[in-house]
Amino acid sequence: MGNYILRRLLIAVPSLLGISIILFTVLALAPGDPFEEMATNPAVPPEVRMALRAQFGLDDPVWQRYTHWLASMLQGDWGFSFVSRIDVDELILQRLPVTVAIIGSSLILALLVALPVGILAAVKPYSWFDRIASTLAFIGFSLPTFFTGLLFILFFSIKLDWLPFVFRADISATGWAWWWEHLKQSIMPVSVLGLALAASWMRYVRSSVLDVVRLDYVTTARSKGLTERVVILKHAVRNALIPVVTLVALQLPQLFGGAIVTEQIFRIPGIGSLLIDAVLRNDTPVIMAVTFVLSALVILFNLLADIVYGWLDPRISYR
Amino acid sequence: MNEQQLRGLIEEVKSGKLPRRSFIHKMVGLGLSAPMASMMLMHAGVQAQTAMPPYKPTKRGGGGTLKLLWWQGPVLLNPHFASGTKEQEGSRVFYEPLASWDAEGNLVPTLAAEIPTKDNGGLSADGKVVTWKLKQGVTWHDGKPFSADDVVFNWEYNANPATSTVYVAVYRDIKVEKVDTHTVRVTFPKPTPFWAEPFVGTAGMIVPKHLFADYIGAKSRENPANIKPVGTGPYKFVDFKPGDMLRGEAYAGYHQPNRPYFDAVEMKGGGDAISAARAVLQTGEYDYAWNLQVEDEILKRLEGSGKGKVTIVPGGNIEFIILNYSDPWTEIDGERASAKSRHPSFQDKAVRDAMALLVDRKGVQDFIYGRTGIATANFLNNPPRYNSKNLKFEFNVDKANQILEAAGWKKGADGIRAKGNVKLKYVYQTSVNQPRQKTQAIIKDACAKAGIDLELKSITAAVFFGGDFANPDTYTKNWADMEMYTTTMTQPDPQLFMEQYCSWEFAQKANKWASRNVSRWRNDEYDATHKAAQGELDPIKRAAMFIKMNDLVCSDNYIVPVVYRPRVSAAVNKLSAPLSGWDNDMWALPHWFKES
Repeated sequence: MGNYILRRLLIAVPSLLGISIILFTVLALAPGDPFEEMATNPAVPPEVRMALRAQFGLDDPVWQRYTHWLASMLQGDWGFSFVSRIDVDELILQRLPVTVAIIGSSLILALLVALPVGILAAVKPYSWFDRIASTLAFIGFSLPTFFTGLLFILFFSIKLDWLPFVFRADISATGWAWWWEHLKQSIMPVSVLGLALAASWMRYVRSSVLDVVRLDYVTTARSKGLTERVVILKHAVRNALIPVVTLVALQLPQLFGGAIVTEQIFRIPGIGSLLIDAVLRNDTPVIMAVTFVLSALVILFNLLADIVYGWLDPRISYR
Repeated sequence: MNEQQLRGLIEEVKSGKLPRRSFIHKMVGLGLSAPMASMMLMHAGVQAQTAMPPYKPTKRGGGGTLKLLWWQGPVLLNPHFASGTKEQEGSRVFYEPLASWDAEGNLVPTLAAEIPTKDNGGLSADGKVVTWKLKQGVTWHDGKPFSADDVVFNWEYNANPATSTVYVAVYRDIKVEKVDTHTVRVTFPKPTPFWAEPFVGTAGMIVPKHLFADYIGAKSRENPANIKPVGTGPYKFVDFKPGDMLRGEAYAGYHQPNRPYFDAVEMKGGGDAISAARAVLQTGEYDYAWNLQVEDEILKRLEGSGKGKVTIVPGGNIEFIILNYSDPWTEIDGERASAKSRHPSFQDKAVRDAMALLVDRKGVQDFIYGRTGIATANFLNNPPRYNSKNLKFEFNVDKANQILEAAGWKKGADGIRAKGNVKLKYVYQTSVNQPRQKTQAIIKDACAKAGIDLELKSITAAVFFGGDFANPDTYTKNWADMEMYTTTMTQPDPQLFMEQYCSWEFAQKANKWASRNVSRWRNDEYDATHKAAQGELDPIKRAAMFIKMNDLVCSDNYIVPVVYRPRVSAAVNKLSAPLSGWDNDMWALPHWFKES
């Protein structure tokens, strides 16, 4: 087992290097300049822009910039944003708590909805419950989040005036009022994200449980006289969860990456909106840091998923 | 209007026959900026009157939190690095200049005790020296006193090219000395009629010497005060998250009595312009939203809910079309659109005149921009309520056809006019932006009726306005027959703005297309007038020169102004927020209050 993990981690190193080279080259090839605003402002002499480009090393050849970036990244120096001139790790840390809170609660919401609904729907396939749940799921994943988000805003904020639609990370209230304010402003974004995820996950849970409940060992368990509850939860669901775990594990890096569209609609200061702003302003160090950490997390969570398989199904072994 | 007539008008203002305000509106109608008009009056000895709405609160504080919504939040708070307006606005919450520009272009003292004039000895007779008297008893938010040393330091900071501030051009050639603790003397290298640029308005915000002195030059990036400002303004710094949230609280030691009214201020960033308008106009969740580039129809609908109102302030932005003076399709010395070449068909004045007749500005205003884009014929700003006599634009397809016919451009079998080998077939480029593509379509349609074929091209804004000199599609290369964009007048004085048509500003290979005359238009009379204006000490003579330059550019029809774009913002009904098109939105933040 230890051997296996070590091997997987070693394989991850060249893939991360490859990813970073590709990212860096694509960004270097893309048009634009972080000092664009200066280029269109006649009051700023072009020398200022040229001097800043030289000072921040933007005029160096791409390979030189890449090795420089890699060397400092390895020493834990993530560089600084060209636009705000603040260290990148500070920018990311500022936005991490909100991102984790919002995306985390929407993942939990999605699991809380998808697991019971999916299992119930699979246990009694083609019942009324299954039909209604499936129809709602289809609606849920065919509507894009920017649409449901706007719909929610129009209904809950503008028509009913119940919930605020501008998210504020720092609320000055304390104690219960603080929790209440946060809850109020999180309801819409969390349900938009959570329900969209729940819809697709519910379909996966349903079909994988459906596959398993027809197998012989489930019939055996039933004929042993076990209660239906134990048969489903202990015997069927545990096996059915393997593909679901893969899905959830692949979603988890999003805890860090944020949700670009939803963050933009509700003005959530998450990492997704940091990334999109950085992309629009050609702020290479920020884009590199965010995307690089994201890809590292994807690799890590894939490994975690593989390990969880072994716990769910002891027949899977690692060599 | 010539110098004599201008003098006549100024005499009328002096004798009280002509209201000051009408004079300024008239000058703006002629293509001058309001600050320039007001400087003319000041020179003639007519005192400035500030037209500020009455300030009603009788004590400091008690107004709760002022909630500002900036759909693009500021990312840094050093005013001297603020290349974009969002950073300038964010900095202006905490920092103040010596004087600011109000909506009528008047100078309003902020950190200065008074505005320098000839009468109070602030301006020297040779036009080279300006003496500023500073306000007494002003303190920085950390309690340290504000003095002449701070002002002198701001000059040193900006003038040092290694600091790379965006205002290096304003400060590098002047000299600033301390006279006593509350007096500074600014010396210009040559007579400077428009002296109110250093230490004034956006370029003039003063940062404290004691926090910035150690970070002058190349170390400027590392200064912690870049994101934790300590200023003299009405609100002091609490917290800043770049691009997301900026918070301040009322500064108890603020130097203006009974101000500020609000206990705290917050500037929330992110999202998009439409939902920002919605949060103010429809739900009232926020008090003020900035820079609402939203279709007027949507704004009107949102205003219908009655919670807030849209404010439209005239400033200096013009959406205009450039007809290329040079030939973008032939290489001369390995360079396309070389300044040495002439455009094959636009060099015929008849074709340019026809093009100007084919731009349906009224239609563009009515169908696309509404209140947020007003048809104009002047290159310099020209709001319609100022009712200029120069406003002579026309949309007339028949007349365009006649002109082209008379000039010998005959329609061919394909319906496109041609003379010899030269066909009236053009590439018309702009950035990707919905109103711009709609404008392109309107113009293409009109041109088709006159036998001119336009090929529409739209380029992603990041490329079009980007500084990548290897890219063929940037607006400064202008490798197309026609291009359209908005030019921004960032300074109250038009000298720099009007320099973009001087021949020494050609954007070409030699300067990596980093220069400003992208049409490569050349007019010796214009060049000579601009040179003369640079050293002209008499503001009235100088104003007449700028009016002439404006006329030269516009009558030659290489530059076709389309719409004038005022600044659009939204505020909740009870908020009293004086705005100015010649300064930042936050210029009068201490005077903001809510009616009870």
